[in-house]
Amino acid sequence: MRKYYISFCKDEDDGTEMGDGTDEWMQRKTLIKPPDQLDLTEAELKEEFTRILTANNPHAPENIVRYSFKELLYQRTGSIDQLATHFMLEGNLLHQDSDEARRQKARQGYPEGMVVLLLLLLFVFPQQAEVEEVMEEGGSEDRSDSVQHKGGKPEQKQTNQFNFIERGSKTLNNPLRQMGCQTEPPPRANFSATANQWVIYDAYVEELQKQENNKEKQRASMKKEEGKSKKKTMLSDDITKFRKVTKIVERMVIQNTFDDIAQDFKYFEDASDEFRQQEGTLLPLWKFQYDKVKGLAVTSLCWNQRYKDLFGVGLGSYDFTKQGHGMLLFYSLKNSTFPEYFYTTSSGIMCLDIHPNLSHLVAVGFYNGCVAVYNLKEKSIQPLYTSTAMSGMLTQPVWQVKWQKDDMDNNHNFFSVSSDGRVVSWTLVKNEMVFTDIVKLAVGDSVTGGLEGLQLPNPACGTSFDFHKEVDYLFLVGTEEGKIYKCSKAYSSQFLDTYDGHHMAVDAVRWNHFHPKVFISCSADWTIKIWDHTVRTPMFTFDLNSAVGDVAWSPYSSTVFAAVTTDGKVHVFDLNINKYEAICHQPVVAKKTKLTHIEFHPVYPIIIVGDDRGCVTSLKLSPNLRKKPKEKKRQELPEGPEVEIAKMEKLLNLLQDPDNSSLG
Amino acid sequence: MAETAETKKEEADYKRVHNFPLIRNTDMPDEMRVETMELCVTACEKFATNNESAAKMIKESMDKKFGSSWHVVIGESFGFEITHEVKNLLYMFFGGSLAVCVWKCS
Repeated sequence: MRKYYISFCKDEDDGTEMGDGTDEWMQRKTLIKPPDQLDLTEAELKEEFTRILTANNPHAPENIVRYSFKELLYQRTGSIDQLATHFMLEGNLLHQDSDEARRQKARQGYPEGMVVLLLLLLFVFPQQAEVEEVMEEGGSEDRSDSVQHKGGKPEQKQTNQFNFIERGSKTLNNPLRQMGCQTEPPPRANFSATANQWVIYDAYVEELQKQENNKEKQRASMKKEEGKSKKKTMLSDDITKFRKVTKIVERMVIQNTFDDIAQDFKYFEDASDEFRQQEGTLLPLWKFQYDKVKGLAVTSLCWNQRYKDLFGVGLGSYDFTKQGHGMLLFYSLKNSTFPEYFYTTSSGIMCLDIHPNLSHLVAVGFYNGCVAVYNLKEKSIQPLYTSTAMSGMLTQPVWQVKWQKDDMDNNHNFFSVSSDGRVVSWTLVKNEMVFTDIVKLAVGDSVTGGLEGLQLPNPACGTSFDFHKEVDYLFLVGTEEGKIYKCSKAYSSQFLDTYDGHHMAVDAVRWNHFHPKVFISCSADWTIKIWDHTVRTPMFTFDLNSAVGDVAWSPYSSTVFAAVTTDGKVHVFDLNINKYEAICHQPVVAKKTKLTHIEFHPVYPIIIVGDDRGCVTSLKLSPNLRKKPKEKKRQELPEGPEVEIAKMEKLLNLLQDPDNSSLG
Repeated sequence: MAETAETKKEEADYKRVHNFPLIRNTDMPDEMRVETMELCVTACEKFATNNESAAKMIKESMDKKFGSSWHVVIGESFGFEITHEVKNLLYMFFGGSLAVCVWKCS
């Protein structure tokens, strides 16, 4: 009960009471009987109860046995712990010397004495003190000390060195992170070589060689540069790149399209010839036409001697009221639809000739009197050489041109004949054509006897000429008057001979390919005449009932020749077979078309004929037209020019014999 | 005698003609190649009799100019197989009898 009370008071002390009311509180200390306290009588109060108190713990075990390592046996332990704890309570009292108490004092302003009183109270209740003893070591000492403290000597007490708590906090450390990367090592390469004296020497020699080569190249390139720049401009045209290819394809297409004609050309032999006596036929093959030449007549034809499929066509007009432009075309048998080369000229072409050896050189004679030379290798459309008024231009149409052998200085040269009666030799010198008059034709050569000196030379009009195959200087000139002159290059104003056989213009004169004496002429007076140049009268005369445009000896026989007439017919003769009539006369073009020229192919058995509409037709000779003399005996037939000459000779003799006999 | 004279003359000719630096193999950029080549020529002319000194000079100069770890071999007759960093190799002849190989490999 007391304890309660004290604790109560203490609570009050702790809580609200202040130091002023302490005296009042002391006076109220009177015992008060609790109402439920037993009322005992005196006797009961005096009665004694005896009780012996011992310090032994009645519950403590008396016989604890423990193993003694010293004695090596179990022994009874004598000392038994008699202490028993019945109650334990932690107090809320403060030791006066403790920091806590001091702080409280400071806060409440307790006087010193008050603390002492509290301490005394502690002594009164030993049980409580015992509790304190357990709580705090050395409590008894404190008590004695506290008594001494009455003197008012405060002593700093040492803090408890063992019972403390460390306070602290640790922040979270950021975890460490490692970064790293690896770069690629610089690329490496292996290299190996061997160096020694000969390797070094070789290297130097090689290098020097290279340097020299470079120098040479540079020199060469410097020279070439100019030429290249020109070439480049030429090649810059895109179409030229495909030129060759397109040409091949074109040829292929043509070959397929005209396959039957090609087969005929090569293989067809007219079987019906077997059943005919002498006559032959002509099989039309390709027809060469070109849109741009409408209205122009074929004025000349010439085979290329080197490229057997190529021939040249000159186009102009024979009508002297309708003169205009002309054209020069080159066709190939492989392509009849389009010419291989074509040149447009301002004046009509009257004649052309392809150089027999240099097949790219073409001499051309114009209606206006010019002559020109074209080079097929050159891309330009202009002629390589051309004659001008300054350089001896002829004033009348040029009727024929003919290449001659190169002269002493190896210059190319050709002859021309024109209406003004001049036969001119043209020589190709580097940049120009040099001309030389060879012969000036004059009429009335035969009548020079009468009025000598007074007579003005009346020029004869040359229309055609031909050079002797063997005798260089000898040549024939046909004229518009119908006379044929035999001339020499050596004499410019005299004729070796005159043949007066035709009444109208001589269209063509040609030496025989084989027989050196024989030549043929044709004229607008409907006749063809064959001559022996030693005799002034013709050997043969054939009347074709129409003006003869052209006549040509065959290249394979001395007795075969062909002529074209203005009524559109081709006449083929073989004197060996028939001396009086043609063995073939066949119209080959539409009516009202005039044939103007004819040419035998030098190798193949075909002829080409040109008409006045600009069209060229190729014809194949049937077997009868190129028949060889029949084998009468089993002996080998001799061939070659000698035979052909003999054949012709025999004919001529036949003709002369009856004359001789009749004369004789 | 005549022959020996001729051979001597030829030799002199050869020496004279083959005096220029001749690059056998290189993968260096143009500028670097020219610089290195000139350096080699200078070094070889300066130490005409001592290849080791020449090589040392080249190596040190190259290290300064183009970063470290250059290697130089100079000799009249040798064979080699090396690993080099790409764009850092020069193999040249000089003076008609010397071979110089310069490469970098760190």
